[in-house]
Amino acid sequence: MPSDALTKEFQAIVGKENVLESEADRHSYSYDSAVLDPVVPELAVRPTTSEELGKVVRLCNQHGLPLTPRGSGTNLSGGTIPAQGGIVLLTNALNKIVEINEEDLYAVVQPGVVTATFANEVAKRGLFYPPDPGSQAVSTLGGNVAENAGGLRGLKYGVTKDYVMGVDFFDVNGELVKSGSRTVKCVTGLNLSALQVASEGTMGVFNEIILKLVPPPAANKAMMAIFDDIDKASETVASIIAHHIVPCTLELLDNATINYVEDFTKAGLPTSAQAILLIEVDGHAAQVAEEAEKVVELCKKAGAVEVKAAKDEAERNKLWEARRAALPALARAKPTTVLEDATVPRSQIPAMIRAINEIGKKYRLDIGTFGHAGDGNLHPTILCDKRDKEEFHRVEEAVDEIFDVALSLKGTLSGEHGIGLAKSKWLEKETSPATIAYAKALKAAIDPKGILNPGKIIGG
Amino acid sequence: MADLHKLAIMLQELDDQMVACMKCGMCQAVCPVFAETMNESDVTRGKIALLENLAHEMIADAQGVKEKLNKCLLCGSCAANCPSGVQIMDIFLKGRVIVNGYLGLSPVKKAIFRGMLTKPTLFNALLSFGGKFQGLFTSKVDDLLGSSCSKIMSPLIGDRHFLTLAEKPFRKIASGLDTAPGKSGLKVAFFPGCVVDKMLPHVGEAVLKVMKHHGVGVFLPKGQACCGIPTLSSGDRESFDKLVKLNVKAFRKGKYDALITPCATCTATIKEMWPKFAENYPAELKADVLAMAEKAMDVSQFLVDKVGVKTVDSPTGGTRVTYHDPCHLVKSLGVSAQPRTVLGACKDYDFVEMSEANRCCGNGGTFNLHHYEVSKKIGQRKRDNVVASKADVVATSCPACMMQLTDTLSRNGDRIAVRHAVEIYAESLD
Ligand SMILES: Cc1cc2nc3c(=O)[nH]c(=O)nc-3n(C[C@H](O)[C@H](O)[C@H](O)COP(=O)(O)OP(=O)(O)OC[C@H]3O[C@@H](n4cnc5c(N)ncnc54)[C@H](O)[C@@H]3O)c2cc1C
Ligand code: SF4
Ligand code: SF4
Ligand code: SF4
Repeated sequence: MPSDALTKEFQAIVGKENVLESEADRHSYSYDSAVLDPVVPELAVRPTTSEELGKVVRLCNQHGLPLTPRGSGTNLSGGTIPAQGGIVLLTNALNKIVEINEEDLYAVVQPGVVTATFANEVAKRGLFYPPDPGSQAVSTLGGNVAENAGGLRGLKYGVTKDYVMGVDFFDVNGELVKSGSRTVKCVTGLNLSALQVASEGTMGVFNEIILKLVPPPAANKAMMAIFDDIDKASETVASIIAHHIVPCTLELLDNATINYVEDFTKAGLPTSAQAILLIEVDGHAAQVAEEAEKVVELCKKAGAVEVKAAKDEAERNKLWEARRAALPALARAKPTTVLEDATVPRSQIPAMIRAINEIGKKYRLDIGTFGHAGDGNLHPTILCDKRDKEEFHRVEEAVDEIFDVALSLKGTLSGEHGIGLAKSKWLEKETSPATIAYAKALKAAIDPKGILNPGKIIGG
Repeated sequence: MADLHKLAIMLQELDDQMVACMKCGMCQAVCPVFAETMNESDVTRGKIALLENLAHEMIADAQGVKEKLNKCLLCGSCAANCPSGVQIMDIFLKGRVIVNGYLGLSPVKKAIFRGMLTKPTLFNALLSFGGKFQGLFTSKVDDLLGSSCSKIMSPLIGDRHFLTLAEKPFRKIASGLDTAPGKSGLKVAFFPGCVVDKMLPHVGEAVLKVMKHHGVGVFLPKGQACCGIPTLSSGDRESFDKLVKLNVKAFRKGKYDALITPCATCTATIKEMWPKFAENYPAELKADVLAMAEKAMDVSQFLVDKVGVKTVDSPTGGTRVTYHDPCHLVKSLGVSAQPRTVLGACKDYDFVEMSEANRCCGNGGTFNLHHYEVSKKIGQRKRDNVVASKADVVATSCPACMMQLTDTLSRNGDRIAVRHAVEIYAESLD
């Protein structure tokens, strides 16, 4: 616990009600969505204005007290676990949409705005904010930027970084640093906004974010292609892109996931299928019709047993329900769900899935795999019980091996869930000592005392 | 604090259920309390983490955990939205029973539950007495809503606009009924619930009128007690068991097709909670509890699903009525279409949907007493939605929600009546 004097200093900045100090409250901020051991912070502090935010950061730095920013704590890599104690800095009261500019297609938001709330507000004005992480009903835009969150529409529309035009953030001294601009083009100075994206709270604390908006597509069409061979499904992915069709969504469910989903939803999925692809194209009506027709043809050519196209909105929703049910269906099967994030070049998806299945057999583990096939971003999901120490040890070994394979296939450790605490030990495997040294030098220069979310990404 | 280890062992019973929570946080999107307070300990994920930490002896502050656990409406919104299918209501109620068993019940609750609620005759007598004299202490605020406020400052009542005790409780108007099925060939057992009995007897009368109209026999035994949810949500298992037994005893003698209630909370309690806590009951009692649970249903659900009440075409321009979904009906039992159908069967009414109709009204029984400020804020959002619908009347299916709606509309000075769906339907049968 920090001294009473320090607690009082925080209270003087944010008010008594925004300094949470009881044992129960502190335990409530000791974890996030990652399957990791909790660490209890000394305090949780919630600024409600920019000014307070800056002062809190400054105070932490003055006292050498680590601070861990927290949006909604839905990250899957332990980014909000206060690994080295100190305070958890709650950003969820900084939840104002400052501006939505319909003419210039941008918005300015505070970091605590909930992603879905923002997307809905934008949609009400006839505009579109595409990044749609599965957690969007709860995750915050600050958390999205800090993790560079992706979503189902990543293939065509990109991920959060593609929408960040600027980030105003507090440096470790509590000084407000402005970066980026409200213009689409901007090459003034170093690209400090880019440094903030995916920085997981280690490089500054976001105060306001400028986000790009786009016009929404006029039409869309969803399809489900069923395969008796997962290689054929992967070939289809490559073939669609090779034919210069970029669906907004291209998702894959493997046989294990299909069966769990079917058990759970009774939606009538083909349980003997080795894979299904869920594909959606969007754009102008004529283009959508043409592309949808072409997609069906390509699927059949690549060996799909059947291709079902949604006839109306209700059928389209049904297809997406099956996709949305993937995680819940897997989560219900066993007490603990270890949702991983291995990502490989698209062409390597069959090899990656084969390897995952081998690893599952080797370690006697139940693994369902689904994910954003169009991006090569797979979510092998290991079903286990973390209380069974022996089994959980096998899970850890299996995860190690999954990443080794992903890297050997020229993939990456994380497509969208971040490095945080969970994966920092593997970082050197993907990058190089020089890369890490460069990152550490940068961190040391920006945050010499190691105040900003220490222990994350590059460890230390 | 006595022996924390003992508490930990008791809580480990829940471990199998708690471990299913994957800490995804999706419950946060729908929790009405979190929306107001923004504290992680106020949402399911935080509460489960705290119970887990108590179970694993990582935290020593049992009292602190109890307070966090109590700051919950038990509305079930989180459970309905949980991808992992965690049995949240079970965990919360059993958690409260265990933690309270360990810490002991507050003297006030002990006096109310053990000394009164489980002794219906005494409870009824005391409240009848109160009903006669309450005029001395309360002033009428709104005739349309029938709300009052307290003339004297009382910490328990605060500035609430509340419904007063009825001069004559429903039990005095009708009790000991046992009529034969008429043209429908159906017979129901009727469980009015405490609030209808003591504050809204006209809702009970409406139910009787509707049953008579449709030729449904009614078994309304003497000696009914509260369904037990106030005791359970305060963690008083002993009183809960007593109440269940009293009710089983009262209803055992009847033969009926369905056990109907006009109280969403009662229906959900009988249907879902009674069986969950009946595991260790003696075989005969357990069988009776399960049979009652099986037959329990909301009155509108009975009217639509069993009697066949249908929406009728009616000329537009009638009284505008909107419907608030009580959590315990829509989230726990999935009943939402039937009350709307019943309202649609009232020819002088135009049904209008309000936005967020299934969002909690913020009452939550004792939550309203302990966390009135949060409850009021949640109620205000409901009130804003009701007003925006431009309805003349807001109907619902739970007396507890009726109390909350009355309070919030009355405090805002809105001229919108609060009615039970079955009341409106009964009226339309004239
Ligand atoms: C069910 C489920 C589905 C998911 N689906 C997806 C998905 O489809 N795609 C995807 O990419 N991710 C997904 N995730 C992961 C997670 O939701 C994202 O990483 C999300 O961006 C986290 O947002 P948050 O608000 O919860 O941030 P938090 O978890 O609170 O924080 C994430 C990181 O951001 C930092 N941070 C937060 N606010 C600030 C700030 N103001 N300044 C500086 N740093 C800050 C934190 O320190 C932390 O390191 C999913 C998670 C769950 C539980
Ligand atoms: S939604 Fe369910 S699994 Fe997710 S955190 Fe809440 S209770 Fe746990
Ligand atoms: S029951 Fe309702 S109030 Fe309680 S945690 Fe769940 S959603 Fe929140
Ligand atoms: S739920 Fe409420 S109204 Fe119904 S019987 Fe129980 S205490 Fe009385």
